[in-house]
Amino acid sequence: MLLCTCTMRGLRRAAGEASAASGGIYLKGEMKLLVAVKRVVDANVKVRVKADRTGVETANVKMAMNPFDEIAVEEAVRLKEKGVVTEIIAVSAGPAPVQETIRTALAMGADRGIQIDTDAELQPLAVAKLLKAVADKEQPKLIILGKQAIDDDSNATGQMLAALLGWPQGTFASKLAIQGEEALVTREVDGGLETERLTLPAVVTTDLRLNEPRYASLPNIMKAKKKPIDKLTPAELGVDVTPRLTVLKVEEPAKRQAGVKVKSVAELVDKLHNEARVI
Amino acid sequence: MAVLVLAEHDGKALKPATLNTLAAAHAVGGEIHLLVAGKDCAGAAEAAAKLDGIAKVLLADDDAYDHALAEPVAALIVKLAPQYSHVLAPATTFGKNIIPRAAALLDVAPISEISAVVSPDTFVRPIYAGNALATVQSKDKIKLITVRGTAFPAEAKPGGNAPIERVAADAAPTTSRFVGAELSKSERPELTSAKIIVSGGRGMQSGENFKLLESLADKLGAAVGASRAAVDAGFVPNDYQVGQTGKIVAPELYIAVGISGAIQHLAGMKDSKVIVAINKDEEAPIFQVADYGLVGDLFKIVPELDAALAKLKG
Repeated sequence: MLLCTCTMRGLRRAAGEASAASGGIYLKGEMKLLVAVKRVVDANVKVRVKADRTGVETANVKMAMNPFDEIAVEEAVRLKEKGVVTEIIAVSAGPAPVQETIRTALAMGADRGIQIDTDAELQPLAVAKLLKAVADKEQPKLIILGKQAIDDDSNATGQMLAALLGWPQGTFASKLAIQGEEALVTREVDGGLETERLTLPAVVTTDLRLNEPRYASLPNIMKAKKKPIDKLTPAELGVDVTPRLTVLKVEEPAKRQAGVKVKSVAELVDKLHNEARVI
Repeated sequence: MAVLVLAEHDGKALKPATLNTLAAAHAVGGEIHLLVAGKDCAGAAEAAAKLDGIAKVLLADDDAYDHALAEPVAALIVKLAPQYSHVLAPATTFGKNIIPRAAALLDVAPISEISAVVSPDTFVRPIYAGNALATVQSKDKIKLITVRGTAFPAEAKPGGNAPIERVAADAAPTTSRFVGAELSKSERPELTSAKIIVSGGRGMQSGENFKLLESLADKLGAAVGASRAAVDAGFVPNDYQVGQTGKIVAPELYIAVGISGAIQHLAGMKDSKVIVAINKDEEAPIFQVADYGLVGDLFKIVPELDAALAKLKG
């Protein structure tokens, strides 16, 4: 039986009946959810390009959980509060400070954390492979990620993770409902909204309107300190994280010059018509 | 080797962003093949075949590709990609949904939303909401790329006569199904290709007040956009959103009304040719990027502007 190959730590379930669902083996009544969180430069920080043009300045800069990942954690917690999900595992990859980001997810309501401990530069493909390896171990039925990280703006990891797992994807979600073995995902697309029905297990990426993330309460922040965070390495997960893209340089874009203040609508229309010639 | 461009289309015609993607494909170099995947989309393939500079149109017209779900379309790209040096798609919700999925299946690092082609393996892409530009080089054999439309001209020169080759479809997906869509209907131009955009923010105070901007837009032949704050507040639907994680626009004229100018919003519109800001707060950051700023109450200024435009256009 496939179950005996499980080597997961922190397993709280009693051995029970196994039910085969499409794409994986689940214990009846159990639904694990994996949520991926990234530590990024805070959205309110005006980033500065480093003088040597190798990247942007991240030393002594306020860091925070990627805002789209906060939405992912919130959605996971709401699914648990509704009784749909039984356990939430928050995963992040990077050196020790990413534990803070995992703690934030734990304070919001995730049950335990996994830190993929590495100092290596991680690009989206490598992160997708790491998360795939964690998903293979944990067998979640749903993985929620932010649609994009506000640092590299790639908008790719969720789609790649779904591909590697061979699961369907519901990207840019503004609404999510779990109905039995299916997820009903409403997606924010360029023309409006689109709804898809996905067979679980599936990957969902969050858009801004999915929910409004909660602030962790002080008691929950205290409780989160006692929640376990397991450590794994890319080598333990059997993943080669070597970057495929080489960043040759990072530069500041051309600055836009501030223009003039006009005093009246008449002056504005005159400028637009006769000076800028755009109307 | 040839370059494959994944077309975004509505069945009958190519969407504007596809034309910008073609320009990026030309900058890469090599023969260009255009893939039109969908259901009942022969019209779009025929329209594409008439464009100058396309060597071949691949038509995958099948139930499996209806609504361009990521799972089947990515599988189709995986099948075709080995014959190409590059696969390009517009960096729209369509392209962003499909390209990374195909890339992972090919074990390739996708290059998201490029704004310039330096050489066939080196590209520029904005990061940190456009506050930095990264030049990246790909070591992968096939490059999978999404293209920021506003960074490339639209290529729509007629005069082509490319052959249309049918591509066999695989079975329809079983794990993802299209349920329905609520698409915004508008007589106005599409945001990402409009020459003029009138955009509203939190300062509009309600969805009802956006009628003031619609009236302006109709006089200017403009599209109507919004800041995230206006969308979050429910004044207008999500597809109006201009910004880092919404739509990236670069019209000839962008009129920002009641928008303070958060960096995330500026990321979506700061490449506009001329920017006008109307805001009651003279310290609002939007004025730092505006060519013409008008400080005052938008509920007085906008109707006045409306009347002035009526006179000008009348």
